[in-house]
Amino acid sequence: MNGNIWVLASADSVAIATTLILAALGALFTERAGVLNLGIEGILLTSAISSFLAADSSGSIWLGLIVGSLVGALLAGIHAVLSVVLRANQIVAGLALVIFGTGLANFLGKPAEGKTVTTIIKPLSFGPLSDIPLVGPIVFRQDPITYASVVIAIVSSLYLFRSRPGLELRATGDDPATVDAQGLSVASIRIRYTLFGGLLVGLGGSWLMLAQSAAWHQAATTNGVGWIALALVVFAGWRPMRLIFGAILFGFTLQLPFTLQAEQITFIPSALMQMLPYLATLIALIALSRPSTRNKLGAPKSLGIPFVRDER
Amino acid sequence: MTNASHEVAKGPHHASGAAPSALSAHSIVKRFPGVLANDSVDFDVLPGEVHTLLGENGAGKSTLAAMLCGLYQPDTGYITRNGERIALSSPRAGLQHGIAMVHQHFRLVERFTVAENVILGSRDLSYKLNRSELEDKVAAVAESYGLPIEPGATVGDLSVGQRQRVEIVKALYQGAEILLLDEPTAVLVPAEVEKLFENVHAMTKAGKSIVFISHKLGEVVEISDRVTVLRNGRVTGHVSGRGTADTKELARLMVGRDIELTTQRASHATGHEILQIRDLSLTVGGVNVLSDISFNVHAGEMVGIAGVAGNGQRELADTIAGLMSPTSGSISISGSMTTDRGPIHARELGLAYVPEDRLGMGLVPSMSILDNLLLTRDRRVVVDRTTVRPEATRLIEQFEIKANGPDHMARKLSGGNAQKVLLARELSGGRTATKLLVVCSPTRGLDVGAIETVRALLDDARSAGQAILLISEDLDEVMSLSDRIFVLYRGSVVHETPGESAQLATVGAAMAGLKPEGKS
Repeated sequence: MNGNIWVLASADSVAIATTLILAALGALFTERAGVLNLGIEGILLTSAISSFLAADSSGSIWLGLIVGSLVGALLAGIHAVLSVVLRANQIVAGLALVIFGTGLANFLGKPAEGKTVTTIIKPLSFGPLSDIPLVGPIVFRQDPITYASVVIAIVSSLYLFRSRPGLELRATGDDPATVDAQGLSVASIRIRYTLFGGLLVGLGGSWLMLAQSAAWHQAATTNGVGWIALALVVFAGWRPMRLIFGAILFGFTLQLPFTLQAEQITFIPSALMQMLPYLATLIALIALSRPSTRNKLGAPKSLGIPFVRDER
Repeated sequence: MTNASHEVAKGPHHASGAAPSALSAHSIVKRFPGVLANDSVDFDVLPGEVHTLLGENGAGKSTLAAMLCGLYQPDTGYITRNGERIALSSPRAGLQHGIAMVHQHFRLVERFTVAENVILGSRDLSYKLNRSELEDKVAAVAESYGLPIEPGATVGDLSVGQRQRVEIVKALYQGAEILLLDEPTAVLVPAEVEKLFENVHAMTKAGKSIVFISHKLGEVVEISDRVTVLRNGRVTGHVSGRGTADTKELARLMVGRDIELTTQRASHATGHEILQIRDLSLTVGGVNVLSDISFNVHAGEMVGIAGVAGNGQRELADTIAGLMSPTSGSISISGSMTTDRGPIHARELGLAYVPEDRLGMGLVPSMSILDNLLLTRDRRVVVDRTTVRPEATRLIEQFEIKANGPDHMARKLSGGNAQKVLLARELSGGRTATKLLVVCSPTRGLDVGAIETVRALLDDARSAGQAILLISEDLDEVMSLSDRIFVLYRGSVVHETPGESAQLATVGAAMAGLKPEGKS
C-alpha cells in the first residue's frame, strides 16, 4: 500500500473540511437563533458561481470571495424574511431556497460552463515545516481560508459560550419569549444571525469554487455538501469545537472513494462509499424529528418554530 | 355591609394624598379584537406597598399589568412614574424605569444556570462574561433580600418555587423598584406560598412596590395593603387595609353577585367498587413515572388526587383511560380488567374521561358541538347526525351552554362552555352509561361562575351514583370536593386522608415531598 497516498488523502480531508466547517458554522449560528435554514445547499451553489463570475471578470480571487459571501447573506435574507418576518413554515421556505438557489446558480453559470478560474487560492508554504513527513502536508500546507475556518470556529465557540451576545443568541434559540420579556428583539436577533449564517455559508461556497473545483460543473460543484453540513451541526450537538472534528471526519469519508479507487481497492463499491455521507444526513434528520433525541442532542428548543408574542 | 363597602369602592383612589405614587395608570383603555380588556382603569401603587389587582380570568388584570410593564401600549390613557408621565414602548423601557414583571409562566431558559438567566438582557455588562464573578454578583443581590439561590445551578433542575425566586432575583438585579407578580401562587404549594410572602415583605421593607395579581381571595386578604377589584375590564371597587378586607365582599365585587363555593361531600353511603387499581407502575423512557399505586373508587364517591403538576397525575389519568399501558400492575373497571385493552374497551365498561387539555384532547376544536358529541356516540361507518341532534340540543339546554346550537364550533366556545360541552358528553354516557368519570383539572382557567357550575355538575354526578376520580392541581378544589384524598409525589402516593378531616398544612407538606407530621 502506498503510504503517500494516504497522507495526501488526509490532507485532502482537511481541505474538504473547510467548506463543511464554514457551511455548518453558518447553519449553526442560524439554528442557535432558532431558525432552521434547510437552504444551505442552494446558498452554497449560488455563492459558488457568483464568486466564480466575480473572480473571473475582475481577476481578483479576494473580490470573488467577498462577492460570494455577500450573495450567501443575500439568499439567507430571503429565508429570514420568509421565516422570521412572515413566519412561514421554515422547512418549506428552506426547501424552496434550495430549488431557487440551484436554479439561479445554473442560470448564472451558463456562460461559465467549461471555463476555469485563472488563479486559484493557493496553499501557503511554511518552509521546512511544510516538509515534515506526515504532519507537514496535513497541517502546514493548507490555504489561508482553511486556517481561517478553524480560527472562525474557535472564535465562534468563545462567542457562543463566553460572551454576552452569545448568551442572548443561545437564549433566543431556546426560549424566545424570555428574550422578548427582557426587551430584546427576537426578530432582529434571528434576522441578524440568519444573515451572518448565510455569509459564512457563502464564504464556504466561494472557497469550494475558487480553491477546490476551479471549474463550474453545475450542481456537481457542491455535490450535496450543504446537506452534509446540516447533518454535521446535529452530530456536533450545535457546538463549534465538535464541529471541527466532525468536518474532518466527514471530509475523510467524502474523499475516501477517490483514494480507494486510486489504491485500486475495489472490494467496496465506490458508489456505496459515496452514499455514506448522505446516509449520515438521513440519520441526522431522523434524529432531529424525535423530540426526545432532539433534546438529548442539545438542539435549540424553539428550532424551526416562529416566535409570536402571545396575545390574549 | 353592602352600603359601607360601596363607600369604600367609591372612595378616591389617591387615598394617600400627598405621598406621590411610585407608579400610576390613568384612565387606561385597551381594546383587543372583539374585547374591551380595560375600560378607563385607574390604578396606582405607593413605594413599599403591596397593591393587589383582583379579578376573575379575563377581567383585564393581566392586560393592565402588561401595559404597566411595557408589554402592551394603552389605546388611550397614560402612565406616570413618581408623578411624571412616561411612555413604556417595550419591556426594555419598563425595566429602564425600574418596572419588572414576574410572569406566571416563568421567562427562564431551562438550560442556563441561575446566574446566566439573571444576567440575560442586562446591558451594563462587558462583552466578555466572567462566570464566577457574575455568580458572586448574583448571589450578593439575592442575599441582600434574603432570597437564597444557588447561582451555579441549572434552572431546569430547580423546583417551581426556586424558579420563581430566580425570576424575582432577576428583576431585583435589573434594579426593579416596582415588581408585578402575575398570579405568583398559582404554581406553588402552601409552604412555598408562605416563603414567597416572606420575600414580598422583605422587598416592601426595602421600599419596593409590589403589584400582586391574583384571583385567590384568601391570599389577597393576607398579603395586600390595598386591593383594586376588576370585572369585565372595569374597576369595581377599592379596599384598603391589610387583613381587614372581607372575602365575601371581595368575591361579590369580583363576580358581580353573591357566590357560594362551599364544601360538598357524598351525601349518602357509597356503593360497590367501580375502579380498582392494583400495584400500578409506569416507566417512561427509563424514568419511573408511577410506582406501586393502589386504590379504589366506589360508586357515588369522589376521590381526589392532589399534587403539584408533573408528579404523574397526567400519566395516571391516561393509564386509567387506556391511553397508556402500565409497566406492571392492573386496572379494572366494574370488575373487568382493562389493562392493555385500549381506550375503547375502557369506555365500553363505562369510563368517561375529561382530560386536562379540553380543546385538543377533549374536544376537536374545528368540529361542531354535535360532531364532538358523535365521537363517543356512534361508531358506524356512515355518520348519523339526525338521531343525535335532539340530544345535543337537550344537553346544551340542560348544561346551560352558551352556544348558537348544536352546530356551534367547539373552537369558538369560551373555556367554561367548552368544559361544559365536554362534561355533558362524558357524563351523559356514550354507548354505555357512565359509571366512572376521570376528570383532570376541570376548572383550570375558568371564571368563578363557571367553576361553580362545573363543581355542581360533578357533585350531581356523584349523587347520581357515578364514581369520580378528580385529579387537580388546585388544592382547594380537591379539598372541598373529595371524599378521600391521595397525594401524588414523584409518582407515588405519599399521603392518604379522608376529605372531611384533611388538613391543608399536612396535604400541602405531602405535595412538597415532606413527610407529614404524624400518621393520618
